Amino acid sequence: MKFLIPKKKPSTNLILNGTDVNTLRQDTAGLIVKSRTDNLSRIRKYILDVTGKYGIEQDITDKIILAVDEACTNIIKHAYQSKPDNDIIINAFFKNGKFIINITDFGKGFNPELIPDPDMPSYLKQRRVGGLGMHLMRTLMDKVEYHSQKDKYNKLVLEKNIN
Amino acid sequence: MADFSINLKENGGINIIELSGYLDAHTAPELENAFSGLITDNKFKIVVNFTDLKYISSAGLGVFMAFIESVRSNNGDIKLAAMQPNVFNIFDLLGFPLLYEIFNTEEEAVNKFNS
Repeated sequence: MKFLIPKKKPSTNLILNGTDVNTLRQDTAGLIVKSRTDNLSRIRKYILDVTGKYGIEQDITDKIILAVDEACTNIIKHAYQSKPDNDIIINAFFKNGKFIINITDFGKGFNPELIPDPDMPSYLKQRRVGGLGMHLMRTLMDKVEYHSQKDKYNKLVLEKNIN
Repeated sequence: MADFSINLKENGGINIIELSGYLDAHTAPELENAFSGLITDNKFKIVVNFTDLKYISSAGLGVFMAFIESVRSNNGDIKLAAMQPNVFNIFDLLGFPLLYEIFNTEEEAVNKFNS
């Protein structure tokens, strides 16, 4: 986490080599929160702020926010097993027609191939509870990539194409 | 910030759960408590009014799945009403209308119980 610049609001809008420092900080610093479910509202607000900055329309924004919420909920519950004092780092930005969100944690990794999409009619018939997060992410986003570096970090990349 | 709140009331002998705000992994336990309380009191005819619910994640959807069986096995039901389009879209995306009746208004849901 040393490599991250804490998000601070500059007192003035400095322009550095033609780039608004506010923009630079937003894109490079992102958001660091502890692994507690009461931070989910902060996480959603952060995504809303960044999508708003790029003028991304509401229904796309709703999908991105839900996907990120599901990802972070899974990190809190599974990667950190509901231990509240671990870090989640989120970095959202727009690049080459895609809205991209990188989410990093330092907890237990998993193999996404072992989490198939549920067959929803039988899921409902069996009255199952939970396990829909990854399915929602795959449904709502155009790309979901997961990299796990054992005992170091896990990084989830979510991408949404913006036309 | 009050992210989420629940109000319980009765309408035509039916138990109404009014939801307001954001239903996520943080706030879902409050809704679980509301359902548990109704079931403990043998109240199995339940309408959930979504008028003021702005957001739902899968943790919120899970609450409805957790209680539907025990409610229906006691000749009751959980009927859903008055969802905002963005909330309905999530239910719809996951096929939940296969399992739950969803009405445009609380009144329609209550009337269905009483019909």
